[in-house]
Amino acid sequence: MIEHLIPILVGTLAAATPLIFAGLGELVAERTGVINLGVEGMMLIGAIAGFAAAADSGGGALAGLPAGAVAGMLAALVFAVLSLSMAANQAACGLALTIFGIGLSAFIGQHYVSFSLPGLQPLDIPGLVDIPVIGKIFFHQDPVTYLALVSFGVVWWVLKKTRLGLVLKAVGEAPDAAHAIGYPVIAIRYGATLFGGAMAGMGGAYLSTVYTPLWVQNMVAGRGWIAIALVVFATWNPTRLVLGAWLFGGVTILQFHAQGLGIALPVQFLAALPYLATVVVLVLISRDKRLLQLNLPASLGKPWMP
Amino acid sequence: MSTVPPPFSGPPGGVPRLELTGITKRYPSVVANDGVNLRVRPGEIHAVLGENGAGKSTLMKIIYGAVQADAGQIQWNGREVVIANPSEARRLGIGMVFQHFSLFETLTVVENIALALDEPFDLKALAARVKEVSTRYGLPLDPGRLVYSLSVGERQRVEIVRCLLQEPRLLILDEPTSVLTPQAVQKLFETLRRLASEGVSILYISHKLHEIQSLCHGATVMRGGKVTGTATPARETPASLARMMIGRELPVCEIPAYTGEAVPVLTVKGLSHTPDDPFGTSLKDISLEVHRGEIVGIAGISGNGQAELLATLSGESTGPAGTVSLAGQPIGHLDAGKRRKCGLTFVPEERLGRGAVPPMSLADNATLTAHAQGLVKKGFLRPKAAWAFAKTCIERFDVRCGGPGAAARSLSGGNLQKFIVGREIMQNPIAMVVAQPTWGVDVGAAAFLRQTLIDLSRTGVAILVVSEELEELFEICDRIAVLAEGRLSEAVPKADTNAEKIGMQMSGLFRNTDATEAAHAAA
Repeated sequence: MIEHLIPILVGTLAAATPLIFAGLGELVAERTGVINLGVEGMMLIGAIAGFAAAADSGGGALAGLPAGAVAGMLAALVFAVLSLSMAANQAACGLALTIFGIGLSAFIGQHYVSFSLPGLQPLDIPGLVDIPVIGKIFFHQDPVTYLALVSFGVVWWVLKKTRLGLVLKAVGEAPDAAHAIGYPVIAIRYGATLFGGAMAGMGGAYLSTVYTPLWVQNMVAGRGWIAIALVVFATWNPTRLVLGAWLFGGVTILQFHAQGLGIALPVQFLAALPYLATVVVLVLISRDKRLLQLNLPASLGKPWMP
Repeated sequence: MSTVPPPFSGPPGGVPRLELTGITKRYPSVVANDGVNLRVRPGEIHAVLGENGAGKSTLMKIIYGAVQADAGQIQWNGREVVIANPSEARRLGIGMVFQHFSLFETLTVVENIALALDEPFDLKALAARVKEVSTRYGLPLDPGRLVYSLSVGERQRVEIVRCLLQEPRLLILDEPTSVLTPQAVQKLFETLRRLASEGVSILYISHKLHEIQSLCHGATVMRGGKVTGTATPARETPASLARMMIGRELPVCEIPAYTGEAVPVLTVKGLSHTPDDPFGTSLKDISLEVHRGEIVGIAGISGNGQAELLATLSGESTGPAGTVSLAGQPIGHLDAGKRRKCGLTFVPEERLGRGAVPPMSLADNATLTAHAQGLVKKGFLRPKAAWAFAKTCIERFDVRCGGPGAAARSLSGGNLQKFIVGREIMQNPIAMVVAQPTWGVDVGAAAFLRQTLIDLSRTGVAILVVSEELEELFEICDRIAVLAEGRLSEAVPKADTNAEKIGMQMSGLFRNTDATEAAHAAA
């Protein structure tokens, strides 16, 4: 039994990586009161930028990931100028960014349709990889998957243990009060939004340069939306977010295996299963209204001007 | 309240802690401060007295660096300074306690305090200091509690302790007592006197004359953005201070007796209600009767169930039919529109947003609640009728505005409130619920509104007023009840109670006295 499970669990971590990146970025932005519905678009822009950089420079994924992060950040900058400096409606700006990202990535991607990239080899963590079961699952992964977990650790630590984390939460909770005691609300929101863009771009670049190292139009396939849903259902808590991402990744891999075994269910249903399972489980665990209310950044989505 | 502060005995002729010269601040539509001079000595409690809109808050924001003056000089301990932002003010030693608190609801007390301090981030050490400072000044606080679970008085303590931790040399308090019970006010005054005796200067902003007389050494009076005088409050009378503040005599209400029969009109019986909002207050078994021809006041600090009670009375939230009735007819299950049809009208606390739609004209705003007065016919609007209705309302209730076409948000607080109250009165109600009738309204308009409510009640309308201003309730009400922690005390004639008793009840003590009395009766 365990022998069948290990490959599924190994795949789970990699499948969850883009969601962890994009979700953590969105989580930080939402903590400061900015809801950016452009995650899907930023991931696509990051994916194509990363793929182009990797293919054109010949540097592979190592060139692709930073390029994806920068491209995602630039996309977020457009959103930030509109929704923060000009106080435009955040939902409308985010949706526009997603639509723009789908179109832009498809347009640039025409030139790369027949390309494929080498991808990245798994990196064994010496010593730890030999632990039975656990070692194979957690310590025989590609380097970017480790990076995602390190990012989680950093975000968790910053939010929980540092003044910066407290300031981020304060700005999302009550921008007027934060302004009154002297914090630069708009600058802090810019920073968080750009971080969100960089993380989404990185998640997108991981998909196109490491996870499936070839260009397919619209290859992010709704993961940006799942990332946004994860943030809400995880009640803005990074640990729950990562657990949610693993759940999604797990069901994704599971349904591949199910398809392979020829289970008599329509392929479309199996393909939809990860999305369905994630949403259902997260809705169930976030039924606690009080928990939502306490963690919901009170100013979420509301434009603010000094 | 009768204790008079000792005359200020600071070093004569010493360097003032703060001196403002010719401070001017212009906004597009108004000059908020016009050549303001102000001087505070070390250890002095100095009042800044003025009505809403006199420019007090703007002046304080300039001192605290949140707003920049267009002209004028600030001298701090004899040295000219430019205060570019609040953190610079804090570095100089200026602390500010805001009127509308600048606290974060979902953070703990110690986290809130840490956010305002420019020092290394160590919550554990800070929590210990918060405990130490708060006990030293008699402002007990639990550093680990989440702010949303604190009472308003406790929140103010958080703000004060936050300032004290920065060891300020000047503390600014903006209308600090508007949210406190009379007992809590006395406690606050003790703390402030103690700080002053330690050499801290205090700028105390208020429009409550008796407070200033019992607390402050000196006063600067403002009207319309200008300083109209300085005074030693202890040597003045409330009337002379009021003259400086509003430029004429303090208006007094006339209260005729009601000659008709006292028949209950608005009845609340055994009303319990748990709000959807987890931060809200549950109402517990509330009963109340308002008779024809009387005004009943509900005292208490906001957050003790006021918002929830008003919602259940207006029909914003509904419940079992029998819990609220109007002239014997159960209406607890009806929504706001249907209750209005039965003859219950409502003046909410938020004028812009609930009482009126800010960008819409007064005529359109009239249509929203008074549509049954012939402003809508067979589902079609009758703009001319709405215009005429609004015009009558404006004339009858002395609303100063640009006519029925003026946008609601272009009116001052007092004038908009006159319009909203007038609109509700013109619907010929048999009962009316009014929340915070004169909040943020200037003295003249407040007196007009109070007189209007008294006159209306004497025509046989039952009026329920919910207010935080105890003096106002004592002025206009026939009976007063107290809402504390979601429970309502019995409404007693105002002659049988006083501010002190009401204050005890505001702190929720009436339940304990009831319990001890019950225990005595049983024994």
